[in-house]
Amino acid sequence: MAEEAPRIGAVSERAEPELQAVAPSKPQSPAAPSEKAGPQPRPQPNVPLLRIEGVVKTFGSFRAVDGVSLDIAAGEFFALLGPSGCGKTTLLRMLAGFETPDEGSILLRGMDIGQVMPHERPINMMFQNYALFPHLNVRDNIAFGLRRAGMAREQIDRRVAEMVALVKLGGLEKRKPDQLSGGQRQRVALARSLARRPQVLLLDEPLAALDKKLRESTQLELMELQRRLGMTFIIVTHDQEEAMTVASRIGVMDAGRLDQVATPRELYEAPASRWIAEFIGEVNLFDGEIASREPNRLTISTREVGAIVVAEPRHPVTRTMVSVAIRPEKVKLSRRGPVADASNSQAINRLEGVVCDVSYLGGLTVYKVKLDSGTIVRSTIANTARIDIDAYGLGQRVVAWFAPDDCMVLQQ
Amino acid sequence: MSGRRISTRRIFARPARFAAIVPYVWMVLFFLVPFGFVLKISLSQTAIARPPYIPVFDLTAGAAALKAAFASLSIDNFRLLVSDNLYVLSYLRSVVVALISTSILLLIGYPIAYGMARLPKRWQGVAMMLVIVPFWTSFLIRIYAWINILQHDGLLNRVLLMLHLVSQPVVWLSTDSAMYIGIVYSYLPFMILPLYATLSKMDTALEEAAADLGAGPGKVFWLVTFPLSLPGVGAGVLLCFIPIVGEFVIPDLLAGSNSLMIGQTLWLEFFMNKDWPVASACAIALLVLLIAPLLLYDRLQRRQLEAQ
Repeated sequence: MAEEAPRIGAVSERAEPELQAVAPSKPQSPAAPSEKAGPQPRPQPNVPLLRIEGVVKTFGSFRAVDGVSLDIAAGEFFALLGPSGCGKTTLLRMLAGFETPDEGSILLRGMDIGQVMPHERPINMMFQNYALFPHLNVRDNIAFGLRRAGMAREQIDRRVAEMVALVKLGGLEKRKPDQLSGGQRQRVALARSLARRPQVLLLDEPLAALDKKLRESTQLELMELQRRLGMTFIIVTHDQEEAMTVASRIGVMDAGRLDQVATPRELYEAPASRWIAEFIGEVNLFDGEIASREPNRLTISTREVGAIVVAEPRHPVTRTMVSVAIRPEKVKLSRRGPVADASNSQAINRLEGVVCDVSYLGGLTVYKVKLDSGTIVRSTIANTARIDIDAYGLGQRVVAWFAPDDCMVLQQ
Repeated sequence: MSGRRISTRRIFARPARFAAIVPYVWMVLFFLVPFGFVLKISLSQTAIARPPYIPVFDLTAGAAALKAAFASLSIDNFRLLVSDNLYVLSYLRSVVVALISTSILLLIGYPIAYGMARLPKRWQGVAMMLVIVPFWTSFLIRIYAWINILQHDGLLNRVLLMLHLVSQPVVWLSTDSAMYIGIVYSYLPFMILPLYATLSKMDTALEEAAADLGAGPGKVFWLVTFPLSLPGVGAGVLLCFIPIVGEFVIPDLLAGSNSLMIGQTLWLEFFMNKDWPVASACAIALLVLLIAPLLLYDRLQRRQLEAQ
């Protein structure tokens, strides 16, 4: 552990054997990966690697980022997720130094870097369309940042070779970017942004230009790489599946604000708002008001489907207008429905209707059930058997039922 | 079935083929044929006549006469160009003036083009207009306007005196400075426009990537922006250099008369000395001199097209 004070812009020149692609990665718990990150100043347990405090950025009268505060720990794979125009890219550009915050501060290991020029930050970025230098070959693209850091020649050669092996680009060193495929360009961009061993790597929609299959395999490689290097990755994406796949924590942004920061599971199973519930995955929503409250039980009377019983002990009773959200895979279908009695507490919420749409997706089948009230309820059922004699047909009368535990109560 | 397909293809092919022929017809009619005339005159002898030269051959005289004429072709006029240092000096001066002017144009034009390319999109059109607007006035009138500005009690001297930068009016007219001012002023749009075209197409993310990787503003420019703008630099340099070598009006009106550019020498031979053959030889030598940069330009453009 180096005892030197943290130097902004410092590039680690320490040899790190675990960077070699061939080297078997040492078992490493994700909880303490920061030991492996680039230059390590003395440990400061209470200071997060990156602290964003009340950051505001306006363009004219448009508040692109509107008061965002966020802590990111060393070794985290963090995703900023949101629809286009939500301010996630602006926030990322402020971390890289291409924009300066109008208000608030950005602290890296406790030092304010809000006004530090991009070329003086120990943060590197992988650009959305890669921004590879078209006049330089693969080798010189990767070496660009190392040369700027004033590294010795042989050291640069060694690091470039390391990076080329890491992203499996061997044999392509002399190619120009326009002689590479999309996937290869993406690898060069990744190698170039990793070469300086930044304390934080920013990835701006890094996989948007790849096709679906390649994107999925690259997501896994990114995760593997991040775990192995123990580096802090911050990815910006509009693709919620991508965010949930790669990230250990996700910040959902909308209209310049950070609405919720949570693990993928929390985000899906306990979204903070109706908007997030709809943005992350599919959801059935019923508006209503809290009618009665028992221990660990709320009964919510909805206009569309009558009373729904939910297990939501923490919900305040004062705000009566709420939405009940239930994910489609938690809505079960049956021909008659389980009998609602004391021994079958899971079958309290029963909605009767007619199957009006069936979409077979291979692993899943999505049913739409039109209730007698006219409301459509979606149910996703995993196709666990190859031959399914129980599949529901169009026009069949079914009962859609779900457990109180699977319901989420959201404020409108 | 197949016959019909061929006939439709022909119908579509015909206008395309015709369009491809047009530039060649144009070149033959308006370049190659006149060039043949000039070449023919350059090989003849001067005479006090009208036209003022002895034709070397007459197409109506028949094949035998034509053969005799070819046998007696004279390259005396070209020998004169090399032996009399008036011509060599004019050529040299033309090339030197063109080199200096083009360098100044690049130094002034590049920052302007770069600034234009980095303006907000809605202002780029306005800036473009400002660059093009002088073309709406006659070139000659604009040069005369410069005479007005540069003369003894002209605008420039009055401003300099008012700001106490000089104590006496400076002699501008009939100096090389005046000529360079005139050339740089006139050719600036030809430098700016190709540079602007290249720079505005450049992805600004490349400059950001360079900064992100630790390059300061100077390094970003020299390692990324400038190398990537080289096609525009080449186009601008050649678009300025080639016509400046042959420039006649600006040096004639603004520069002194003690040293001449080749365009002026040519004009003197043609109109004052009435020596059409030598003037023609001058013109051909000039063309040969300029073919090298022209070919270079052509190769550059072709490489750019291939890259796209």
